[in-house]
Amino acid sequence: MNAQFDLQKEFAEYVRQAYARQQQLHIQGGNSKTFYGRRVSGETLSLRDYSGIINYEPSELVITARAGTPLHIIEATLSEHGQMLGFEPPAYGPTATLGGIIACGLSGPRRPYSGAARDFVLGITLINGKGELLRFGGQVMKNVAGYDVSRLMCGAQGTLGILLDITLKVVPIPAYEETRVLEADETQMQTLLSDLGRRPLPLSATVLDENLLYIRLSGARAGVDAAARVIGGDLLAKPQGDRYWQQIREQEHKFFNRARETDTNLWRLSLAPATKAIPDQLISNQLIEWSGALRWVYSHNDDEALRQWTQQQNGHAIRLNFADASDRTFHPLAPALHALSQRIKNSFDPAGILNPGRLYADL
Amino acid sequence: MSASKSPNLREHRLGRLYPLLLEQLPKDAIITATEELHAYECDAFTTMRQLPLLTVLPDSIEQVQHVMRCCHTLDIPVVARGAGTGLTAGSMPVENGVLLGMSKFDQIHEIDPHNRTALIGPGVRNQAVTDAAAPYNLYFAPDPSSQLACSVGGNVAENAGGVHCLKYGLTVHNILELEIITIEGERITLGSAALDAAGYDLTAIMTGSEGLLGIVVAIRVKLLPKPASARVLLAAFATIEEAGTAIADIIGAGLIPAGLEMIDQTGIRAIEELMHAGYPVDAAAVIICELDGSEAEVEDELASVISILKRLNASDIQVSTNAEESRRIWAARKAAFPALARLAPDNYIMDGTIPRRALAEVWTRINELAEEYDLPVVNVFHAGDGNMHPSILFDSSDEDQHQRAFELGTRILELCVQVGGTISGEHGIGLEKINQMCLQFSSHELSQFHALKAAFDERNLLNPGKQIPTLARCAEFNAMHVHHGEMPFPHLERF
Repeated sequence: MNAQFDLQKEFAEYVRQAYARQQQLHIQGGNSKTFYGRRVSGETLSLRDYSGIINYEPSELVITARAGTPLHIIEATLSEHGQMLGFEPPAYGPTATLGGIIACGLSGPRRPYSGAARDFVLGITLINGKGELLRFGGQVMKNVAGYDVSRLMCGAQGTLGILLDITLKVVPIPAYEETRVLEADETQMQTLLSDLGRRPLPLSATVLDENLLYIRLSGARAGVDAAARVIGGDLLAKPQGDRYWQQIREQEHKFFNRARETDTNLWRLSLAPATKAIPDQLISNQLIEWSGALRWVYSHNDDEALRQWTQQQNGHAIRLNFADASDRTFHPLAPALHALSQRIKNSFDPAGILNPGRLYADL
Repeated sequence: MSASKSPNLREHRLGRLYPLLLEQLPKDAIITATEELHAYECDAFTTMRQLPLLTVLPDSIEQVQHVMRCCHTLDIPVVARGAGTGLTAGSMPVENGVLLGMSKFDQIHEIDPHNRTALIGPGVRNQAVTDAAAPYNLYFAPDPSSQLACSVGGNVAENAGGVHCLKYGLTVHNILELEIITIEGERITLGSAALDAAGYDLTAIMTGSEGLLGIVVAIRVKLLPKPASARVLLAAFATIEEAGTAIADIIGAGLIPAGLEMIDQTGIRAIEELMHAGYPVDAAAVIICELDGSEAEVEDELASVISILKRLNASDIQVSTNAEESRRIWAARKAAFPALARLAPDNYIMDGTIPRRALAEVWTRINELAEEYDLPVVNVFHAGDGNMHPSILFDSSDEDQHQRAFELGTRILELCVQVGGTISGEHGIGLEKINQMCLQFSSHELSQFHALKAAFDERNLLNPGKQIPTLARCAEFNAMHVHHGEMPFPHLERF
C-alpha cells in the first residue's frame, strides 16, 4: 500500500517535471489497444506496475482498483463474489488493464441494455498535465458535488489526465442466461427489436449476423423463460452461446477475420438503433449489434462517404485497423465542438504533454 | 437583500441591456418591474433571495442566443432557471445579473417509439415526458419528488435522481444528446442520437453543471419500457440498526430493487398526519422497497426480501397488491417534505451520500449531533443508494436557531465526507452548500474545476459564485472551521 502510495507521488513528481520541460508523455497500460486511436510520440509512462485492487466490498456493489490492474484479475475477483462489470468491456488481449478500458471508454454487447463504461464510473484519482494529484467523484452511487470529471475521463484516452485509482459500480451476475437464434433480415430485425424494446424483457445482447438474429436474455430464470416464449426461435446451447458472445465482445467472430488477417479497415458506426439500412453502395458487409445502434461494416472504397452518411444520420463512425494506430480513427468534430474540446484539453493539460494527438491531431 | 446595493450599476446596466435585448425579443418577454421580479428572486430554498436586474423569457433558440450575446458583450452575468424547484439556491439570481427563464421551452418535439427517445425543450416538466411516452408503454426514468413541477432542463442542471435511480440511474444515465448555447451565443450539440459520440463525453460534464457551463435548449432523453409488474413493500422496524442492516442485506443478496427508501419515526408521523397512507406510526423506522420486472420475477424477489425482513424482526409488512396501493405508498413518501414543512417554520434539507455500510453508524451520529445542537433532525431518504436527506427543523426568525441549524448541517456533511461519502447526492451545491465544497475538495481540485469552467465561460458570466467556491472563500471557511488548530480530518490524505 505504502509503496503504491509512493508510486502515486512519484508519478505526480514525474509529470511535474515533464510539465516544466514540456516533455510529451505516451501513457501506457497493457499496450493492448494501440490501434484504437492515433499514434502518440513521447516518453513512455507505463502504469503497469501501478496495480492491485484497493477496496472491494461486494455488499456495496463497488470496487476500487489501480489503473494498471489487469482486467482479468478484476473480472476473476468479481466473479468469485457473483458479480461482474456491467458494461462487458472488450479486452483486446490478456494484458488489458482497467485503466486502459476506462480511458478508451469501451463497452461490449451488454451496453444498450445495462449501460456504458462511463455509466459505471463513480470516482477517479488522476494526475493532470501539471502534475497535480486530483480526486473526483467517490465511492457512492450518487454524487453531484462539482463537475463530473470522472466520467469525462472515460474515452478521453489519457489526454486529460493520467488515471490512477478507479472506482466502479459493479452488478450481480445474472442468475440465468440464454441465447435464442431466429432467422431475420435487417428489416425484420428492426421491426422485431423495436417491438421488443418497448416491452420490459430482459434482453442483454443482440447480433444480426448474416440472416440470423441472436438474442441473449439475462436475469431471473422465470423472466428469461417468459421472454423466450415471446421471442421464439431456437435455443443456442449454453457453451456455444457463451463462446459466441465472447467472440462478439472481442471482435474475434469470423466476420472480423478480414480486418484481423488482412490490412483492411473495419468501421464501427454508432447510430440511433432504428436508423435505416446503410446504402449498399457504401458497404460490402456488416454485422449489427446493440439492437441496431452499433454496426460493424467493411466499406467498398474505404472513403469518407460512409462517414458523411453516418453524420447525416446524427451518428458517428470510427475507423479501425487492428494492425496499427491510424490518423483518421475518430469522426471529425463540428468546428465549435472541436474548439471547445481544445479549451477543455488545455484546462487539464496546458502544456499539451498528455498523450498528445491521440484522439485528433490537436487533442 | 431584496434591493440592489449599487443602484447606479443597476441603472447603468439596465439602460444598456434593455434596448439591446429589444432588438430581438418582444417587450413582454422582458420583465423589469420589481413586483414581478419577486417571482424570480429564489428557488425552493427560500432562505436565500436576490432580485435580478431583469428576467427574460425567450421562446426560441435564436432568442437565447441573442440574450447570451448581449450579456457577453456587456459583461453581465446570466443565471438560468427552470421551474424553480431547486433546493440549493442554484437558480437564485445574482445581483445586477440577468435571470434567464426557460419556461417557454415546454414543447415535446418528438416521441420516437422505435428509438425509445424523446426530443424535448428544457422547460418540459419531468412528469409530462412520462405522460407523453405512456401510449407507447415507455417512460422517463428519473423521478425526483418534485417531478410534477420540476423541468427536465433543471434535472439536467442538477443531475437529478429520485426514488427509482437505484435501478434506473440518474439523469446522466438517461440522456443522450444536449443542445447548448454558450455564453458567446454559439450553438453546440453534445452527445448524439446514438449511444456514444465522438470526442470527449461532454454530456456527462454538462449534466450536473448547475448552469455554470452553458444553457441547455434541447434534450434528447432515453425512454424505458414500463415494467410488467411492480410491487411496493412497506416494513416497520423497532430499531434503526435493524432497518439499516435490512437495507445492506437486500443489496448484498444480489437484489436491485427499483427503489429502496427509509423513513424515521418523526418522518413517519409527519407523513401519516398529512397523507393517511397507513404508515405504522410507532415504528422507529420504516423501509419502502419496490420490486419490478416480470410477474414471476417480482414474486421470487418479494419472497427473498420478505425472508430477509423477517429475519431482522420487521413487523407490519405490507405489500401492495395493485397499482393504486403502490401509488398510495409512494405518494406519501414523495409528500415527505410538505409534511415536514408542517412541523417547523423552516426545514434545512441535507443531501449527503454515504457508502451503505455506514448507514446505521451515521444515523446514530446524526441523532447525537441533533441533541448537541438542540434541534430536531428528521431522516427521510434514499437508503438503497446511501443518499441521506436529514432535515433540520428550525425557525429562521430566531437568529440563534438559524445559526445552529447551519452549523449542524455542516457537521452532518462533514460526517458524510469522513465516512467516504459526498456532500451532495442529487440536490446540487448551488449557493447553499458552497462552503461545504471546501470540506470535500483540495485547492488543486477546485482550481481544476475553475479551469474547466473557464474553458466554457472564460469571463465567469454563467451563474457566477455558485457551485464551485473560490480558493479565498475556502481559506476563510476552513479558518473558521478548524478545530483546535487542526485541519478537518487530519487522518485523510491531503495533497
